[in-house]
Amino acid sequence: MTVAALAEVADVSAVEDRHVRLAGVTRVFGRPGTPKSVHALGPIDLDLRRGEFFSVVGPSGCGKSTLLDVLAGLSKPTEGTAEFEGRPIDGVPAGVGVVFQEDASFPWLTVADNVAFGLRRAGVDAAEIARRVDYAVGFMGLKAFAGAYPAQLSGGMRQRVCIARTLVMQPRLILLDEPFGALDQQTRLLMGDELLRLWRETSATVLLITHALDEAAMLSDRVGVMSARPGVFIDVVETGWEVERDSRIVSHHRFGDITGRLWEKLRTESLKHLRDG
Amino acid sequence: MKSVLGPAAVLAVLLLAWEVLHLAVANTGLPSPLATLMQLVVLLGEAEFWAHASQTAQAFAAAVVLSTVGGIALGILLGMNRTAGTVSEPILVNLYSLPKVTLYPVVLLIFGLGISARIAFGIMHGMIPLTLFTMNAILQMKPVYRRSAAVMGLTPWQTSVSVVLPAILPEVITGARLGVSLCLLGVLIGEMFASRNGLGYMVMHAMERGDMPTVLAVALLLAIVALLVNAALLALDRAWRH
Amino acid sequence: MTREGWIRLVVVAAAVAALEIACRTGWIPTTVVIPPSAMATSLYDILVSGTHWGDILVSLRSVAAAGVLAIGLGFLVGAVIHALPPVRSAAEPLLASYYAVPTFMFYPVFIILFGVGSAAIVAIAVLLAIVAMISATLIGLDRIPRVLGKTALIMRMGPVERAFRISLPAAMPYLFTGVKLAVAYAFIGVIASEFILSGAGMGYAIAYAYNNFNNREMYGLMLLIVVLVTIVNTALDAVDRRLQARLRR
Repeated sequence: MTVAALAEVADVSAVEDRHVRLAGVTRVFGRPGTPKSVHALGPIDLDLRRGEFFSVVGPSGCGKSTLLDVLAGLSKPTEGTAEFEGRPIDGVPAGVGVVFQEDASFPWLTVADNVAFGLRRAGVDAAEIARRVDYAVGFMGLKAFAGAYPAQLSGGMRQRVCIARTLVMQPRLILLDEPFGALDQQTRLLMGDELLRLWRETSATVLLITHALDEAAMLSDRVGVMSARPGVFIDVVETGWEVERDSRIVSHHRFGDITGRLWEKLRTESLKHLRDG
Repeated sequence: MKSVLGPAAVLAVLLLAWEVLHLAVANTGLPSPLATLMQLVVLLGEAEFWAHASQTAQAFAAAVVLSTVGGIALGILLGMNRTAGTVSEPILVNLYSLPKVTLYPVVLLIFGLGISARIAFGIMHGMIPLTLFTMNAILQMKPVYRRSAAVMGLTPWQTSVSVVLPAILPEVITGARLGVSLCLLGVLIGEMFASRNGLGYMVMHAMERGDMPTVLAVALLLAIVALLVNAALLALDRAWRH
Repeated sequence: MTREGWIRLVVVAAAVAALEIACRTGWIPTTVVIPPSAMATSLYDILVSGTHWGDILVSLRSVAAAGVLAIGLGFLVGAVIHALPPVRSAAEPLLASYYAVPTFMFYPVFIILFGVGSAAIVAIAVLLAIVAMISATLIGLDRIPRVLGKTALIMRMGPVERAFRISLPAAMPYLFTGVKLAVAYAFIGVIASEFILSGAGMGYAIAYAYNNFNNREMYGLMLLIVVLVTIVNTALDAVDRRLQARLRR
C-alpha cells in the first residue's frame, strides 16, 4: 500500500470518526451585545462518531433544544461551524430525521399514511412503500393500528408513529428532542428499548436530548452534561455499554455509578437554574 | 393607545370606502357619510323619530329581559342532566341556524299585529344562544368544582349559588352578548314586515319613498347602538373572566 | 343510532304529535296553525304540482352563490389578515363585534348598488356569512401546532407544498366549522331578504301566501324550508363531527 493510499484511508476513518462535528458553535438570540440579547448556547465543541448513541442532559433552558435546532439546520449558529458528513450545515440537510417532544403525527392521516408520507413525497414506488411501511409499522408495534387515526391512539403510540415516520426515510442521523418527555416512566423505559433496537437496526448516529438521567445513562454510548445557560459541555461520560443492551441494565451495578456521576455534575447547574428562574 | 388606533384606522378606511362608493355611484342616490350624518341630526330633532325609536326600544327591552331570563332558566334546566343536554343540543343548534323569518307569519297569526308579536320574534332569535351557552357551560364545568363543593359540605342550594353560578357566568355573558344582538335583529325584522311603527318600519317606509339618507341614518344609528351595547357586555365579560 | 339519538327522535315526534292533536281537537284554531299532517300534504302538493319549483331554484341558487362566495372570499381575507399581524390587530375588535350589528338594515344599500334581484340578495347574504368564515380561518391558522411547521421544515418542504400538505389539512377542522356557519348564515340571509323585499324565491312565496291568507300553502313552504335546512345542517354537522373527532387528543 502506498503512502498516499494509507493517508486516504486515515482520512476516511477521520471523517468516519466525526459524522457530525461542531466547532465553537455559539448561539445568541437578539443582536449580540445589546441588553436584550440572550446568549443561549456555546461555545460547543463536539464530534459524533458514525453510529454512536449520544445523549445530552442539562438543566431546563440550558440550550439543549437550540443545539438540536443547529444540528437540524433549523437555526444558524451565531459563531462557529456545524458540519454533517463533512459538509457545513446550511438549511435542513438530507439524511437527517428529527423526532420532537410534541406529538407531530398528522391527525388527518391514518397511522400507515403518516408513516408513508415522506416516501410518497420522495416518489418511491408503491410496492417499496408498502414493504417499508409494513416493516416500520410492525417494528414499532403498530400493526393492529395501521388504519387508525392518531386521535384514537395513546400518547406513547403517537410518538411511535412519529418515530416510524422518521425511520422509514432511513436517516443517517436521528435527532430526538425529549421524545418521551410526555410519557409515564414505565412507557419511557419500554420506548427506550425500542429506540435501542431501532438504533442497532439502522446503524444511524443518534443524538438524544433528555432531562431524564436514567434514560441517558441506559441508552447512550456517551452522555454530554450541559451547564446552565449559556449551555456548554461540562462533562462527557463514557458509559462503556455493549451494543446489545436494553432497559434491564438499570439493575447493572455500573448504572448507578453513571447516573450518580451525571447527577453530581448536574446538581449544581440545576440549582443555579432553580435560583435564577 | 395602540389598541384604539388600529380599529380607528379600520373605521377611517370604511368611511373612506363609503365616500368613494358614494362618488362612484352618485347617480343612484347612495348618500355620502356626511349627508347621512346630517340626516341623522335632523332625525334626532323630530318627535316622530323618537316615537318610532321608543317603540323599538320597548320591544327590544322586553325581548332582552324575557329571553335572558327564559334562556338562562332553560339552559340550567337542560344542563343539569347530561342526557337532556345531549338530546336537546342538536335541536337547539338546528333552530339557531333556521331562517326564523319564515316563521314570522306564525308569530303574527298567534300574537296579532301588535308589539307583542315583535317581542315574541325577538325572543325567538335571542333565547336560543343563551340557552345553548348556559347549558354547555354547566355540562362542561370542571367536575372537580362540584366535588370540592361536596367535600366542603355545601348544600345543593349553596353549591348552585356560590360554585355553579360564578363558574358559568362568563359563558352566560358571552351567550347574552349574542342573544342581545339577535333580539335586536328579531325586533327590527319584525318591524320591517307588516308593521306601522318602530325603526324597522321607518327604514322600510323611507326605502319605499326612495329616501336613502333616512334609511342609512337609521341603520347607522342602530349599528352604533348595537356596538355600544356589545362593548358594554364585552367589558362585563372581561371583568368577570378571571 | 345512539340512545340520545332515539330519545331525540321520540321528543321531536311527540312534539309533532302534540301539535297534531292540539290542532285536530280545535284547541289551536286552524286559522292560526294547521295540523302537521296537513303541512306535509300541502308540501307534497307543492312539490308534485310544481307551482313553486321556480322559487325553490331561485332561492337555492342564491344560497349556493352566497355560500361559495362567502367561503372563498372569507378564507382568502382570513389568510391575508393572518399573514399581516398589524392589520389583524386592527381588524380583530371589529370582527369580534361584527355580528352585534344588524347588518340586515343595510339591505337597501345593496338594492341601490345591485338593483332589485338576486345580486342584492346574494350580496347581503355574503355580508352576513363572510365574517364567520374569516374568523374561522384566523382560528384555524392559529391552531396549527408549531411542531407541524417544524416538521415541514425538517421534511424540506417549500412554502406551497407546506400550505397544501400541512397547513390546510391541519386547519381543516376549524375551517369546516366556518363553512358550516357560513352556509347557515347564507340560508338566513337569502330567505330573509326574499321575505322582506323581493319578488321571487321561497321567502317571498311565504310572505305572499301570508298576505293572501293562504295558510295551507304557507305552512307547506315553511315545512319545506325547515326540512331543507335541517337536512343541509345535519349533513354538514356529520362531516364536522368527523373532522372534530380527529382533533380530540
